[in-house]
Amino acid sequence: KYIHIINKADMAASKGLKILVGCKRVIDYAVKVRVKPDRSGVVTEGVKHSMNPFDEIAVEEAVRMKEKKLAGEAVAISVGPPQSQETLRTALAMGIDRAIHVEIPLAQLEKLQPIHVSKLLAKVCESEKPDLVILGKQAIDDDCNQTGQMLAALLDWPQATFASKIEPSQDSKQLRVTREVDGGLETIDVSVPAVVTSDLRLNEPRYATLPNIMKAKKKPLAKMSPDQLGVDLQPRQEVISVEDPPVRKAGAKVESVEDLVGKLREKGLVK
Amino acid sequence: FQASRAASLLPQLLLRRRPASAGAFALLARPASSASGGLPPLTTEIHPGIKRGAFSQLTDADVSAFEAIVGGDHVIKDADEVLSYNIDWLRICRGQGQLVLRPKTTEEVSAIVRHCNKRRLAVVPQGGNTGLVGGSVPLFDEIVISTSRMNSLLSIDPVSGVLVAEAGCVLEQLDREAASQGLMMPLDLGAKGSCQIGGNLATNAGGLRLLRYGSLRGTTLGLEAVLPTGQVLDCLTTLRKDNTGYDIKQLLIGSEGTLGIITKAAILCPARPKSVQLAFLGLDSFQAVLDTYRLARRSLGEILSAFEFIDSESMRAVKQNLGLSCPLGEHSFYVLAETSGSNETHDREKLDGFIESVMSMDGCATDGTVAQDAGQFAHLWSLRERIVESLLVDGYEYKYDVSLPLADIYRLVEHMRTRLDGRVIRTAGYGHLGDGNLHLNFTTPKFDAKVLELIEPHVFDWVRDRRGSVSAEHGLGLKKSQYIRHSKADFAVRVMAEVKRLLDPNGIMNPYKVLPDE
Repeated sequence: KYIHIINKADMAASKGLKILVGCKRVIDYAVKVRVKPDRSGVVTEGVKHSMNPFDEIAVEEAVRMKEKKLAGEAVAISVGPPQSQETLRTALAMGIDRAIHVEIPLAQLEKLQPIHVSKLLAKVCESEKPDLVILGKQAIDDDCNQTGQMLAALLDWPQATFASKIEPSQDSKQLRVTREVDGGLETIDVSVPAVVTSDLRLNEPRYATLPNIMKAKKKPLAKMSPDQLGVDLQPRQEVISVEDPPVRKAGAKVESVEDLVGKLREKGLVK
Repeated sequence: FQASRAASLLPQLLLRRRPASAGAFALLARPASSASGGLPPLTTEIHPGIKRGAFSQLTDADVSAFEAIVGGDHVIKDADEVLSYNIDWLRICRGQGQLVLRPKTTEEVSAIVRHCNKRRLAVVPQGGNTGLVGGSVPLFDEIVISTSRMNSLLSIDPVSGVLVAEAGCVLEQLDREAASQGLMMPLDLGAKGSCQIGGNLATNAGGLRLLRYGSLRGTTLGLEAVLPTGQVLDCLTTLRKDNTGYDIKQLLIGSEGTLGIITKAAILCPARPKSVQLAFLGLDSFQAVLDTYRLARRSLGEILSAFEFIDSESMRAVKQNLGLSCPLGEHSFYVLAETSGSNETHDREKLDGFIESVMSMDGCATDGTVAQDAGQFAHLWSLRERIVESLLVDGYEYKYDVSLPLADIYRLVEHMRTRLDGRVIRTAGYGHLGDGNLHLNFTTPKFDAKVLELIEPHVFDWVRDRRGSVSAEHGLGLKKSQYIRHSKADFAVRVMAEVKRLLDPNGIMNPYKVLPDE
């Protein structure tokens, strides 16, 4: 189903693609995560948070597409607590034009799942009508790797996940996306509108420069609630417990092959 | 006892004790081989004027005595292993020590030192061996006493913030332990992955955050040390206030191992900040750097925790020699301004205010960035913390560390750059601007005595004439002891010599260091 196909000539003549970029506020990847004593989750209070690294890459790609004149407008969206605004400000400071914050009350935050996020994003796509949605391939806190795929299904749009390169296709009517898959690299053409998820090697995100940090403060940041979007946040899953991975037991060095065989016999691994 | 075998061996087997672990900050890693590809020259060759003191020679009976104290496993006699303890981190010194001892307890240290004092055997206390003035390695055949095995953390009190540890604990590890209690070590330096707290105290190490947390003279509440006679000096109190008599630990702090071996320390740790922000700015004149500093003090005030400057030559070195990338364009100077506080919103607001002022001030920063996550934070800091390492890649590094009135700091760099034009690979200036402390380094492919002659004593005279310090934080060690009177009155030096004589009557404790030979 082709909703609208834009070719390069059109892209140049028109305002270019409109891109919607998803950003999630997660615990900073350099922080050592600690499990709460009641094993209901991890400690987030007072812990340094920042933008999901794959989302940073998504933001960078959107900004680069704007610089290459492939895209006309880039909008960042984040579904999360009040502090997600800071994450959006970082996106704005990197060159995004405006931001949307779907604010989730703290009580519902812990039970938020990719299914909810993708439904919220789908609703926003109905009104914003982007040509391209770029999301990070997965969030480093839950490692779900589901939101992009679910969103594409809800919208019935093509998806190109684990992108390591995005460029116009040969005939400039579609996007050519190189995907990182187990066997190597797969290159596919997708028509727009489409959902793309970013992988590590897509690009290296820029530092936010001071002038852009200052400009970011004045860029529009709209707030929305799940109720306004008519999305039900009823959890579909219940987290039973969160635990530390088992402590690795120390290995033992043996002096000779005989010792090794002896030890293997002891453990009943060899007859 | 075999002498000089170490000198003839090639460096293939040069063992380097690996720093305990890699932290979020870059490890200080020595380049695999220096540009000149070999061992540094013997220190005695570079300083032929220094004569070996009237110390005894090591005998097999001495070695047996040491083996009885620490156990055979912890007496190192093998020439290849001993070699690494004889070479300093900068690779500008190579001693001829034949023996390394690795005690585990204060009692063992005391027994060793008592024996050495009785036998008149010279010793060198050694921690992480990251000192920059040749103070931690032997010159002749001094016995190295390494504190590396004394690495137990004894206690942390989360309420008072007092941490008590053995001298061989690596600074970075102590900081990690402190972090688990919501505290932090009050000092931070590039060598944190390898340096030990005993050595930090012995050198009164300064570092990146002295601006905010003060020096070890204030944050050290107590210590335990073994004096040159072998007696144990127990001043290990955890009290914040204790005005009962002379504060003898202050003599040991900064004594660079010449008055005793520190074995335990009690440090007052500040609360770990909940919010740390970092601004990295590009500036085009040193005046702009000074103006930015004034602005920082005014608008960031109590949350300012570091203010460092880097010149273009230093930035070029980290880019060329280590391949690091700088997110800003080419500028004459770069500044790192860090804030630490207990409230992120409050600190961000202050930082925003600072940035706005900086950008609107005439001639001030036009180019800059604020770290958005821990990765960017670590990368930006590495551009400053790894400068020393990057200069080592050039070959041989001549290192200077001086305190000067702020306005004079870069004048010295420009003056020396002109003086050494064409004779050196580069002249790099950077440092703790907030403390008035300049790090000035020159590099050549190999050690060049003519270059050294052009630098010393000229650079020290220049500093003396402006009433600065010839060694702001690195200490005197071996390399600067003869310049002590450039920054201290003669009578003061004589009083120091009296104290040394009192505590170390046989002069066995790290001889040839700190005080000039007379």
